[in-house]
Amino acid sequence: MDAWLENFKREFTLNFIEGNRWLQLADGLKVTMIITLFAVIIGICIGIVIAVIRSTYDKNIEEMKGLKKLILSFLNAVAKLYLTVIRGTPVVVQLMIMYYIIFASSTNGQLIAILAFGINSGAYVAEIFRSGIMSVDKGQFEAGRSLGFNFIQTMWYIIFPQAFKNVLPALANEFIVLLKETSVAGYVAITDLTRAGDIIRGRTFSAFMPLIAVALVYLVIVIILTWLVGRLERRLRSSEH
Amino acid sequence: MNTDNILIKVENLKKSFGDFEVLKGISTEVHKGEVVAIIGASGSGKSTFLRALNLLEKPTSGHIYFEGTDITKDGIDINKHRQKMGMVFQQFNLFPHLTIMQNMTIGPIKLLNKDKEQAKADALKLLGRVGLSDRANSYPNQLSGGQKQRVAIVRALAMQPDVMLFDEPTSALDPEMVGEVLEVMKQLAKEGMTMVVVTHEMGFAREVANKVLFVSDGVIAEEAEPKECFENPKNPRLKDFLSKVL
Repeated sequence: MDAWLENFKREFTLNFIEGNRWLQLADGLKVTMIITLFAVIIGICIGIVIAVIRSTYDKNIEEMKGLKKLILSFLNAVAKLYLTVIRGTPVVVQLMIMYYIIFASSTNGQLIAILAFGINSGAYVAEIFRSGIMSVDKGQFEAGRSLGFNFIQTMWYIIFPQAFKNVLPALANEFIVLLKETSVAGYVAITDLTRAGDIIRGRTFSAFMPLIAVALVYLVIVIILTWLVGRLERRLRSSEH
Repeated sequence: MNTDNILIKVENLKKSFGDFEVLKGISTEVHKGEVVAIIGASGSGKSTFLRALNLLEKPTSGHIYFEGTDITKDGIDINKHRQKMGMVFQQFNLFPHLTIMQNMTIGPIKLLNKDKEQAKADALKLLGRVGLSDRANSYPNQLSGGQKQRVAIVRALAMQPDVMLFDEPTSALDPEMVGEVLEVMKQLAKEGMTMVVVTHEMGFAREVANKVLFVSDGVIAEEAEPKECFENPKNPRLKDFLSKVL
């Protein structure tokens, strides 16, 4: 037992204390959080736009005519293409295409990663939002319109708040997945949490400590996120009793 | 009645869903202060007709003039006109994520630019009229069906509409709650509100309405005063219908 403890201590010191290696993990965590946070914001923005286009198309296309119908059909086709391509290819491939092809001239890896993960997440968020919009009773939409709200106002004041509540668990899940997916950022020379752990492993030739530490950090963040979402859900449910 | 106080004028209104023609040419008029009851078998098109009046169902052809404006014309701002046409639904359609107070003030505040405190005060007054002032801060799901429908009525009234459209307002209610909703509607009629009511409540149609429209097969098969309509029906399908429901 004593030998084990001794060994643990030595390993711990080697991997985290010596040369202030824990700072690398901390910096990596910062990068992971920044990428995730901004990718989430981009994902939500794209998601809302795509979901609104798709559900507007589904709800209204039969009644529309002329130029409006043409524009909406075009937007819907673009949205569908986006969903197909993004959901049909691995995120790490998308990331590399962005880094090595589309933004080959840029060296701002973090920004490119934010864009790549944001655009990727947007596709999943869009479908989550769309299912939420579709889950709100048609009568709610009619009641909003009958008061005199236009389409956008009805969406904003009446449909979105209810849809959001319905999709919150699925949305939280998507963000947890996204947080973990950013761990492939190391593929394009970004030192995120995972990459930082891997760099330490390469220096110290000791895999256990850095990798388990990285795993624990992800786990703790996910647990905190889950707890926060649970609280939010309970608050939103206060109108149901 | 003269033509000056025509509030809604419907001309040869038609509506098809795909190949199925639900409304086959409806023409009628609603005057200010009038209570019009629309009766008919289910599937006759009476609800579709009512919902076409504020364009929740877009007519395939024909015209609807509301306060002199053809609201079926392209480019018309239907939202402005809908503010003047209150609607009450069978399924209440209160907004479940908002309190009763918020349900009633969201329209006046966002659409009529009413001052928040003023909107609240007006809403409380209306709630008082239907005996629900103590429920202002409740959520819709904490209310009974009859209470929900009374709130739905005053929510529409809060927009100060010129006409109220009712789409089978008591059909989704437990029997013991029908009375309280009809009572509110009767009161409203007494105060001179123009109302168009799709209903299965023949007693209400007979007692409160000034005019009864019997819709059958997508057309108005009979249009008469309630006394005439119920005691001396001319159309054979109306006779048949009344023999089943009375």
